[in-house]
Amino acid sequence: MISTQNLTFAYTPDKRFDFPNFSCADRETMLILGKSGKGKTTFLHLMALLLKPTSGNIQINDQEISRLSVSKAADFRAKNVGIIYQKPHFVHSLSVLDNLLLANYLAGKNQAKQTAQHLAESLGFAEHLSKKTTQLSQGEQQRVSIARALINKPSVILADEPTSSLDDGNCLKVIDLLRKQIQEIGASLVVVTHDQRLKDVFEKRVEL
Amino acid sequence: MNLLKISTNNLKDKPLTTSLSILLMSLGIAIISLLLLASKQIEEKFTRNVAGIDMVVGAKGSPLQLILSSIYQIDSPTGNISMEEANRLTRSPLVKSTIPLSMGDSYQGYRIVGSNEKYLAHFQAEFETGKVFSEAMEIVVGAKVAKNLGLKVGNNFSSQHGFDKEGNAHKEKEFKVVGILKTTNSVLDQVMITPLESVWAVHDNLHEETGNGANVLKLLEEKQSLTNEHHGEEDSKEITSLLVKFRNPVMGMMMARSINQNSTLQTATPAIEINRLFALLGVGVDALKWIALVIIIVSGLSVFVSLYNSLKERKYEMALMLSMGASRTKLFLLLLLEGLIISVVGFLFGITLSRFGLWSMSENVEQNFHYDFNVLSLLNEEFYLFFGALLIGLLAAAIPSLGIYNINISKTLADE
Repeated sequence: MISTQNLTFAYTPDKRFDFPNFSCADRETMLILGKSGKGKTTFLHLMALLLKPTSGNIQINDQEISRLSVSKAADFRAKNVGIIYQKPHFVHSLSVLDNLLLANYLAGKNQAKQTAQHLAESLGFAEHLSKKTTQLSQGEQQRVSIARALINKPSVILADEPTSSLDDGNCLKVIDLLRKQIQEIGASLVVVTHDQRLKDVFEKRVEL
Repeated sequence: MNLLKISTNNLKDKPLTTSLSILLMSLGIAIISLLLLASKQIEEKFTRNVAGIDMVVGAKGSPLQLILSSIYQIDSPTGNISMEEANRLTRSPLVKSTIPLSMGDSYQGYRIVGSNEKYLAHFQAEFETGKVFSEAMEIVVGAKVAKNLGLKVGNNFSSQHGFDKEGNAHKEKEFKVVGILKTTNSVLDQVMITPLESVWAVHDNLHEETGNGANVLKLLEEKQSLTNEHHGEEDSKEITSLLVKFRNPVMGMMMARSINQNSTLQTATPAIEINRLFALLGVGVDALKWIALVIIIVSGLSVFVSLYNSLKERKYEMALMLSMGASRTKLFLLLLLEGLIISVVGFLFGITLSRFGLWSMSENVEQNFHYDFNVLSLLNEEFYLFFGALLIGLLAAAIPSLGIYNINISKTLADE
C-alpha cells in the first residue's frame, strides 16, 4: 500500500506543486487525473523516489520513505516499486527476456527465468521473448514494460500514461491486464494520466 | 545477466563501430609486436653468431660486407687473402685462435664454406648422423640444408661457382656428404662445411680447364705462382677471410689498427659493424613504431568517439537502469568494460596478426637468405604492450563515461 500527505515539490520558487493526499491499499487501484502541466509526472516521480519532496510524507507499506538517502531510495525503489513509463523504453541491445531479467539483476535479486516466462505467457508475448524489443509492436512493447514492472513482485506499481499511445481496444486490455496482475501479486496500482477513457474504469480517483 | 553480457551485447549491437575500433587497435598492436619480434630475433641471431669472434680479417673493402659475408653468410665476400699472411697472423702471440674461411661456391643456393674442424667446434656443432670430414671433397651439411635439399650421408653432388643456382658447375670433382649436423640455431644450419683443401682442389681444376696460353692474365698468374713456389705449397693458397679470437681484446684492437694501416688486409670488428647496421635499421624501426603508436591512439579516439556518441543516444537507457536500481558506479563500470573488451580483443587479434606476419616474412626471408625466425615466442615487451592497450582502452572509455555521474534521472525519464 501507498499513501501521501501534504506533498509539495518546487523546481524553482515560482514553479511549485501541491499534491492532494491519497491512500491506496494492496490490490486496490487509484487513478490520478490531470491535464498537461499539472505535475502528473512530478507526482509520480515523487512516489517513485526519483525526486525528493520539498515537504510532506510518503509511506509505502507503512514505511516513511520521503527522507531516504539516494542510495537507500534506489534500493527501496528497485525492490518495492515497479514503474511503467509513458513510452516503453528498453535496453536496446538486449532481448525481451534479458530486459526482464535485467530488472532482477539490477535489483539484486535472483534472475527468475520461470517468472519471466510465466509473465510473458499471461501478458501474451511469450513467443517474442528471444526477439529484440524493437521488433515488437507498440502494444507488445507496452506489455513487456508491464511485465518488467511486475517481475520483482513490488508492493506498488506506478504507471505514467500507460495507455496514451494505445487505441481504445488495447487501452482497456492493458488496464485489465494490470488489474489482474496486481491481484495476483497483491500490489497497489497507481495510474497517472490525462486519458479520459480511464475515468469510468477506476472507482477511486484524484484530480490534480 | 551481468555487466559483461550487457556490454558485449552493446558492442555487438554496433558491429561496424566496434569492428573499426578493434581493427585499429589490432593494427597498431600488430605493427609494434611485429617490430619487436623481428628486431629481437634478428638481434638474437646476429649476436649468437658473433659470439666468440673478436675480429674478422679479409681483403680490403667494406668492413660491414666482410662481417656480413664471413659471419652471417649473407653478402658477397670481399676478395681473397693469402694463406701466408693469415698464418703469420695466427702465429702472433696476441691471437688465441683463428678459423680460416673460404667461400665462393654453392650448391642449390646454399653456400659451401671451406674451413676446418675449429669452425664446427666454434658453434658447438653435434652430428645428427655421420662424422666430421677427414679429407678433401668430403662435406658436412647443416641441419636446414640437409632438410631442405634432402641430403643424406653418402650423397654426392658437384658445386656451382658463385651463389646463384645458375652458376657454373664444377663438374669434374664431386663432394661426398659424410655428416649431417644437428640444428644449432646459428648460421651453421644454412651452410655446408668442407675442408679448405676441397675448395682449392675444385678451383685448381678450374685453372687447368682454362688451358695454357688461352689467357694472358692466367699465364702471368701461373708465372707468379712459380716464383712463389719456394714459400711452400700451403702459402701459395688463398682463403677468403680469417675469424680471430684474441687473448686480450684491448691489445687486439691495437693489432687490428696496425693491420689496417700497414698491410693489404683489412680488419673488421663484428660488434662495431653490427651496431652500425642496427643503428641504420633503427631509424626505420623507430619511424614504424611511431606510426603504430599513432594508430593505437586513433583506435583509442575511435573508442572515445563511439562511446561518447552512444552515451548521448543511450542517456535514456542509462536513466532507466538507474531507476531500476543500478548504481552510477555500476553503469560506469559497464561502459569501461566496453572499452576494455575492445582493447583485449584488439590485442589478441594484433598478436595473432603479428605472428602471421612474422611467419610469412620468415618464409620469404628464408627463401632469400636462408634465415629463419622462431615464430611463436611471446615477448616480455608484449606484456607491456598489453597493459598499454588496456590503459588506452580504459582512458578512452573513462572520459565519456564520466557523464554517467551527471545524468538527472527524473529529468531524463520525463523528457522523452
